[in-house]
Amino acid sequence: MIKKISEPVNRPDAAAKTGGYACYIDDMYFEGALFAATLRSERPRAVIEDIEMPDLPDGYYIVDKDDVPGMNRVKMLVDDQPFFAEDTVNYIGEPILLVAGPDRAKIETILSMIRVRYADLEPVLSIEETASAGKDPIYSTDNCFAYYEIKKGDIEKAFDNAKEILMYEYRTGLQEQLYLEPQGVVGVYENGQVTVYGSMQCPYYIKAALVQGLGWDEGRIRVVQAATGGAFGGKEEYPSIIAGHAAFAAVKTGKPVRLIFNRREDISSTTKRHPSIIKIRTALDGSNRIIALEADIRLDGGAYAGLSPVVLQRAMFAASGAYSIPNVMVSGRVLATNNVPSGAMRGFGAPQSFFAVEMHMQNIARKLGMDPLDIKMDHILKRGDSTVTGGELRHDVKLPEMISFAEEMSGYRGKQKAFRGNTGDVLRGIGLSVFYHGCAFTGSGEKDKIKANARLKKNEDGKVQILVSNVEMGQGALTTLKKIVSRVLEIPFGDVIYENPDTSKVPDSGPTVASRTVMIVGFLLEKAARDLKDRWDEASELEITRVYEEPEYIKWDPEKFEGDAYPVYSWGVNVIEVEVDPATFVTRVTGIWGVYDIGAAIDEKVIKGQIEGGITQGLGYAALEVMNTEKGKILQGSLTDYIIPNSVEFPEMGIRLVDNPYEYGPFGAKGAGELPFVGAAPAFASAVQNAIGIRVSRLPVTPEYILEISESEN
Amino acid sequence: MKIDFVLNGRDVSIDTVPLRSLVDVLREDQNLTGVKKGCGEGECGACSVLVNGKLINSCIFPAGAAHGTEIVTIEGFRETNRYRVIEDAFAEAGSVQCGFCTPGMVLAAEALLREEPRPDDAAIREAISGNLCRCTGYNMIVDGIKIAVKKGKGIW
Repeated sequence: MIKKISEPVNRPDAAAKTGGYACYIDDMYFEGALFAATLRSERPRAVIEDIEMPDLPDGYYIVDKDDVPGMNRVKMLVDDQPFFAEDTVNYIGEPILLVAGPDRAKIETILSMIRVRYADLEPVLSIEETASAGKDPIYSTDNCFAYYEIKKGDIEKAFDNAKEILMYEYRTGLQEQLYLEPQGVVGVYENGQVTVYGSMQCPYYIKAALVQGLGWDEGRIRVVQAATGGAFGGKEEYPSIIAGHAAFAAVKTGKPVRLIFNRREDISSTTKRHPSIIKIRTALDGSNRIIALEADIRLDGGAYAGLSPVVLQRAMFAASGAYSIPNVMVSGRVLATNNVPSGAMRGFGAPQSFFAVEMHMQNIARKLGMDPLDIKMDHILKRGDSTVTGGELRHDVKLPEMISFAEEMSGYRGKQKAFRGNTGDVLRGIGLSVFYHGCAFTGSGEKDKIKANARLKKNEDGKVQILVSNVEMGQGALTTLKKIVSRVLEIPFGDVIYENPDTSKVPDSGPTVASRTVMIVGFLLEKAARDLKDRWDEASELEITRVYEEPEYIKWDPEKFEGDAYPVYSWGVNVIEVEVDPATFVTRVTGIWGVYDIGAAIDEKVIKGQIEGGITQGLGYAALEVMNTEKGKILQGSLTDYIIPNSVEFPEMGIRLVDNPYEYGPFGAKGAGELPFVGAAPAFASAVQNAIGIRVSRLPVTPEYILEISESEN
Repeated sequence: MKIDFVLNGRDVSIDTVPLRSLVDVLREDQNLTGVKKGCGEGECGACSVLVNGKLINSCIFPAGAAHGTEIVTIEGFRETNRYRVIEDAFAEAGSVQCGFCTPGMVLAAEALLREEPRPDDAAIREAISGNLCRCTGYNMIVDGIKIAVKKGKGIW
């Protein structure tokens, strides 16, 4: 029995994974299965005039738009993306058709013999180009997937009264999730029913996509998650597309169809983090208070809308950072370009905004000759303050305490001052970021869109099964959810059973995204476990289902974006120390510290893994991970060119948690998966700025970029 | 081409194209799916196996070069006492998240420890630097190997 819930246990999935027993999708055997591979667009924007097919050997099949029994649109927020291209293609890598058959080499040969005749159209290749005249819009009339505005207070008046106005622009680049296991699904068609197995975050998203694509009754469609080798948002919406492909191919061929990506295909054709251009303008009064902030956010959404409108919302709700500013105006748009569609990735829009606003605070301090932390402390959000959408911060905000812990661990203040204007063979710098992450779905999503159902089933042998659609993808959901249930029921950890979700067995508890699994689904399970405990002796077998109920305090107007954008927030403070070589501009991280308020940890080891992994991925985004496009083509399309952190890149980390239990989270837990990512890049960039004394306004901060800003400074 | 080698302690003779990548031979012909395929071009280390005791990326190792060698994959190594020490140490340290890099990491640890049973931090980091992990940030894997060093005293 676990004494204190946060006390770490060994993960129940560790042994199977360590020994190579765990079955990922490409490890699963399907009798008589065919392989499939995808013919993709080679043009960023073109009309398909003709496709010339070679003669197919026996047993080989082409699967394309004409093989989609239902609607050739992937179910997302907007139905704009086809499973298979119709008459036009809108990005390099867009799927046109599949070749399926028994031998992979032959499939490759057939693919190489297919001739597509394109009539090129003028592509729109960047955020800037979306505004240029004379180009036909890709989406709607204005190339804009979504445009929103939020206003708080009286921005015009505040700017009229300003003593000082500062405006800067910040930019961030593409980031690939780079889960170690590439995307993959297998479609099986038997007895009039389709089953798709695969690597995924959201079994019910896939099911809905298959219902629409097949046009079948949902009773004929089943989705089963295989062991999933990392996801980070990359397996949120994307697998819906390839699940459709595999399903259509299975229906057409009558055989199981394996559609497993290789790494190059995965990097160059799946969703990534949205590139951004964010302008921030602030007004200061005579006593150095920020009286107004205006932010203009533009995101590159790529060729199809996907989840972009919601990513934009999260970006906008983070635009003024962790600061209380009375007058705010945020305008945001996601623009359509002929780039690979952008999509979900850990942080979901917030990392771009936090980078911009944290650097802006850095720049205000620079202008005023202050320590950035002082200007941050002067404006920091506290309980009772209103958020950018006018929601009330009802729960305790422990930022002052967290900042002093971070300061204690890192020696931030002394170092920040000492490193300013330093010269010599090694330039040293330190940066501190303050940030939050809104837990669970944005706005009324949990109540209106997801409506999670979570179920517990007591078996005859007294063991209890967790029935939810949330997946284990590395983040520790399996361990965490089992701990919650075993703790409440006071039964051994091993007596709680959790199997990979199968939509024919589990209810829809929503997707495994938005740092919601523990806080939302774990809380439902906690409540179900309490019910089950009360009724334990009623019958030898029992099922208890709990349905999401929105906490009564939440008020949200989804039209005006007014009120509580999130049920609650998790908070963080990150400090990064760097050295910069003044000759080569190579940076080296020499210190990493972080303090987090995630309510309460269900398992300290799982949380440490989330924090350290999140910081590392965030530092990759900040310093290393360059991804550029040229004429719509990704230039770093392989792991040889796209560099992620390895084991020698970063030092050990000093991490601390503060307790701040949330009454609507299991044992007080709030969201934790995305938060640690958010603070790393702004802390790193601030450290580099501290070291070199030049404004850093773009991610990633590579040596080439530092050279560029050093030259323009001179 | 006929290729003879010792695989996880057992003699194997195969007939295949010599330039075929070893990972495909292991996964497809030998059904050793603990060997993962993460990139196919020698960058990520998920397909790591030991060839004559040295850690190699089996995706860029031609099957022909396997002739006359002794190859150990996770399926062979997991039958050893050394494996059990590493497995326990990884569980204790929280070295495992999504698990896709883990079999390769285990073999990287074994390749290190058989050469240097008491490595320092830098040597551990160096030894796993060819094995990418996107989940942990590596420190908890380094901790796992340190625990294995301590608990496995005398077996390497």
